[in-house]
Amino acid sequence: MRQVIILSGKGGTGKTVITAAFAYLVHNKVLADCDVDAANMHILLSPEIKERYVFHGGQRAFIDSSKCLRCGRCRQYCRFTAINDNFLVDGSMCEGCGFCKLVCPAEAVSMKEVISGEWFVSSTRYGKMVHARLGIAEENSGKLVALVRKKAKQIAEEDNCDWVIIDGPPGIGCPVISSLSGVDYALVVTEPTLSGLHDADRVIKVARHFGISVGVVINKYDLNKEMADKIERYCDQNNVAFLGRIAFDRAVVDAVVSGKTIMEVSGLDASYEITCIWDKITQGLSN
Amino acid sequence: MIISIASGKGGTGKTTVAVSMALSLNNVQFLDCDVEAPNAHIFLNPRFYKRTSGYITVPKIDEDKCTYCGKCAEACNYNAIAVMSNNDNSRRRILHFPNLCHGCGVCGYVCPVNAIKDSKREIGIIEEGGVGCDIEFIHGELHISEAIASALIRQVKDLIRKEKLVIIDAPPGTSCPVINAVSGSNFCILVTEPTPFGFNDFVLASELMREMNIAFGAIINRCDLGDNKVEEYCRKEDIPILLKIPFGKDIAAAYSKGEPLVKILPEYKQIFRDIFYKIERICKA
Repeated sequence: MRQVIILSGKGGTGKTVITAAFAYLVHNKVLADCDVDAANMHILLSPEIKERYVFHGGQRAFIDSSKCLRCGRCRQYCRFTAINDNFLVDGSMCEGCGFCKLVCPAEAVSMKEVISGEWFVSSTRYGKMVHARLGIAEENSGKLVALVRKKAKQIAEEDNCDWVIIDGPPGIGCPVISSLSGVDYALVVTEPTLSGLHDADRVIKVARHFGISVGVVINKYDLNKEMADKIERYCDQNNVAFLGRIAFDRAVVDAVVSGKTIMEVSGLDASYEITCIWDKITQGLSN
Repeated sequence: MIISIASGKGGTGKTTVAVSMALSLNNVQFLDCDVEAPNAHIFLNPRFYKRTSGYITVPKIDEDKCTYCGKCAEACNYNAIAVMSNNDNSRRRILHFPNLCHGCGVCGYVCPVNAIKDSKREIGIIEEGGVGCDIEFIHGELHISEAIASALIRQVKDLIRKEKLVIIDAPPGTSCPVINAVSGSNFCILVTEPTPFGFNDFVLASELMREMNIAFGAIINRCDLGDNKVEEYCRKEDIPILLKIPFGKDIAAAYSKGEPLVKILPEYKQIFRDIFYKIERICKA
């Protein structure tokens, strides 16, 4: 069983559209949507939720105002500026360390476990999918990503699947690092822009830091062909496998609007390109 | 006045809007708080004059003083410290796991023998510079393989000068990095696109704004590529639509080369000034 993740650094380059195309193309796999704070794959795959789990991201402090002496010790020690002038805890800033509880002379602070989101095992027309919804203004997305990954891997092993295909989050921080652990291949989807290259370069470095093989694909390459050439040259000079170019096509947007993967719309050039890209990924992994 | 530019979904045009707004107004302080994937400098070409380190605070344990009592490990809510103590003194150990540590300082506070001190670990850099005379530019860049973007974002925001018009380019999403970037803003512009992905994430970002009690409005980018669900939602929820930008290959091409929208279409300068006046009116109301 192999795990392939789709990443980009910069958001909006086409990760989910390409992951959903792989969902159609690749048989005997489990899908995982690891962009837990702005998950989108469910829009194209309309999953039917089979199992539902509550995610406890951690604790939050609560101050009992009837006991509070307003002495200010909690505010003095809190390093996350989570307690305001009225001695109320801002739930979105509190990281649940419990320092306030420790220093409160009046025992006015209690720590409570909070529900930070939900995660699901679903069935889709292209197989099983594990996905999640982080609560609004919640933290610990890395921990939720780890849960989604663990479950997807477990199902893949139980069902004797060949692949786990992961839709990754944007950026290079906590959720990306959590998405990358133990992955066999990272496909980086970029666009022919200076920002696209800048951010692809950063996420490629992160993947390589963890010893993961990387391939690059340029989406909407014809919006600036010179820039696309520059990115291909970058790949060559940095020893990164260059897997292909996909042209800009309004029909791709139309497919998304109608809730379909692009493979379900007949005759798109992009579908052919993506088939070739998948072949190159499997070749890259068998070498 | 602090205006932040955010979006649930990435790649909708946050930087395009933030940069264009900055170039249309005077006395601006621009903060790029997308420290994982900072891009604004590509469009604004600032001249940097200062470079400092961004840190997180981590405990430094002095094993000569440590008595392996285990109080720090017990107090740590993140399981970032483990103490192994047994009768055989030679096998006692204290371990710190930096990737679990939030740098809260509880361990140092509870240590009865003062064996734990704060120390700093560099997680990124902060650069300060200027664009012409009108824009002060600051951005943070998270180092490769570092996880905690929020700490760096908070340090970038420590440099805010409230007497200026502060424009914050926020990261995508709805979780901690975004919250840290937009908190304290007087107004937030949510940039979206009219696709199902854009709509889904716009609704999440709107919920975040309500949760944080920040006034907000929408800019719909590539407004002719998709459907009208975003607009319908804005009307139903009374969210002001500040601007609709059509898809244009010329706009996309300029973006790809790092050219700001207001450079190739200067008429947008007045449009962005008008948006700013409208935001001022909303904030005063």
